[in-house]
Amino acid sequence: MPKVTFVSADGRETTLTAQNGQSVMQVAMVNGVEGIVAECGGSAMCATCHVYVDTPFVHLAAPASEIENEMLDCVASQRRPGSRLSCQIQMSDALDGLRVFLPETQQ
Amino acid sequence: MTQPGVVIIGGGQAGLQVALSLRQLGFDKPIQIVSDEPVLPYQRPPLSKTYLADGNFDQLVLRGQAALDAQQVDVLLATRAEAIDRKARSVSLSDGRTLPYEHLVLATGTRPRRLPLAGSDLQNVHELRTLAQAERLRTAMSAAASIAIVGGGFIGLEVAAFARSAGKKVTVIEAGSRILERSVSAAVSAHLLQLHRRDGIEIRYRIGAGRILGTADGRVTGLLLADDAVVDADLVLLAAGAVPNDDLARGAGLQTGNGILVDTALRTLDPCIWAVGDCVDFPAPRGRLRLESVQNAVEQAKCVARNIVGGNEAFGIVPWFWSDQGRYKLQIAGLTAGADDVLVRKTEDSDRLAAICFRDGTFTGVETVNAPADHMAARTLLARTTGLTRKDFEDANLDLKSLVGSAT
Repeated sequence: MPKVTFVSADGRETTLTAQNGQSVMQVAMVNGVEGIVAECGGSAMCATCHVYVDTPFVHLAAPASEIENEMLDCVASQRRPGSRLSCQIQMSDALDGLRVFLPETQQ
Repeated sequence: MTQPGVVIIGGGQAGLQVALSLRQLGFDKPIQIVSDEPVLPYQRPPLSKTYLADGNFDQLVLRGQAALDAQQVDVLLATRAEAIDRKARSVSLSDGRTLPYEHLVLATGTRPRRLPLAGSDLQNVHELRTLAQAERLRTAMSAAASIAIVGGGFIGLEVAAFARSAGKKVTVIEAGSRILERSVSAAVSAHLLQLHRRDGIEIRYRIGAGRILGTADGRVTGLLLADDAVVDADLVLLAAGAVPNDDLARGAGLQTGNGILVDTALRTLDPCIWAVGDCVDFPAPRGRLRLESVQNAVEQAKCVARNIVGGNEAFGIVPWFWSDQGRYKLQIAGLTAGADDVLVRKTEDSDRLAAICFRDGTFTGVETVNAPADHMAARTLLARTTGLTRKDFEDANLDLKSLVGSAT
């Protein structure tokens, strides 16, 4: 099963095992990782599960949809090239070892 | 005996959030959540959307057992709270136990409104609130060819859109003068009506269901409408809104109206008892409100947690809401119900629409379909309370985001 590492804004790392098909947001929520709010629960509606995907993994995740892209313009912390909504990234073996950085704020 | 702490009745998103927020604030006494469901707290909104497609409960769980244990949050599953003894400050449970409390939080949610509809006891008549009901509906739906839905509200339309995308024949019956009548402006109702009909969902409004038809052995065959028309269906979903679970509060002598009555701090008339989420009738600037939304549940829970640890905070939010109806994302920012003036922005070549709502000349919110950036901009504008009027929005070329930039 693929692993994913969350790096908090102050540099703390949490590595968790995901199920294939589970969203990165869901992995964070179910394990109580702080720094992801996910108010809408995974509908790409609230822009509060924003993460910065570590550069080597950016092109391994399926690209953002039009709706996600529009919501990324509305995130509370700065949008950068690796910005994604973590509810829209599905874990898979191809993403094993994924590292995502959490922004300073989600709201 | 352990010292009493906080007992939370109701294992939904509001109840869980009270517990998590209390721990975040450093609250170190026992926290017990009493849930009448057999599973850990989960997200309810996907039950009428993605869960019907994938049946994957793991995607819905809000916190796993390990995370709850780490936070020392005790969840009593499949357990009902039977009565509150306010004098003794304790709650008696269906398993015979009595839980003492220092603070009690009622997060009892809602239940589907029961229609007095003959035939409701037939097989394959469904309602949707809990995981168990969603699982029953999901299983039945995979075998059904035609589905009749009573109620053109959020749940009814979300399930209709899913069922249609799965190739079912779908009919929605709405007794009101339009779909989503209590929730959105006439412009958005009309827009969604057109989109859903384009996708092949049959929608009838201004018509009530008379009774559910079935065979002698109890199988559903359809709906008889008030005008004697018959809708053939082998599955019926009753989705005519929800009513607050306030019986426990009323039984304890607490005040109820459209739900459990609280003051601005979300406290009942008993200083040790609070209420959060869908079941709460709370004071707001334009009169009392009861909101059924995740945001309201989560923010009320956070507010009560802060007040329990010594705060005296009045609850206040810019409400927002969403409803995924198949390919259509409906979002509401602000309190748009009761708008007396609506400015509609629509492009002919797409499904996008924004309805900018006013009441007494003041901007009250925006309803959007497939326009998430407009929705987010509206939330920012509402949070600033700049007293925007219709004139500020009348330039048709102006997008809402540019208004965010100029209204600082």
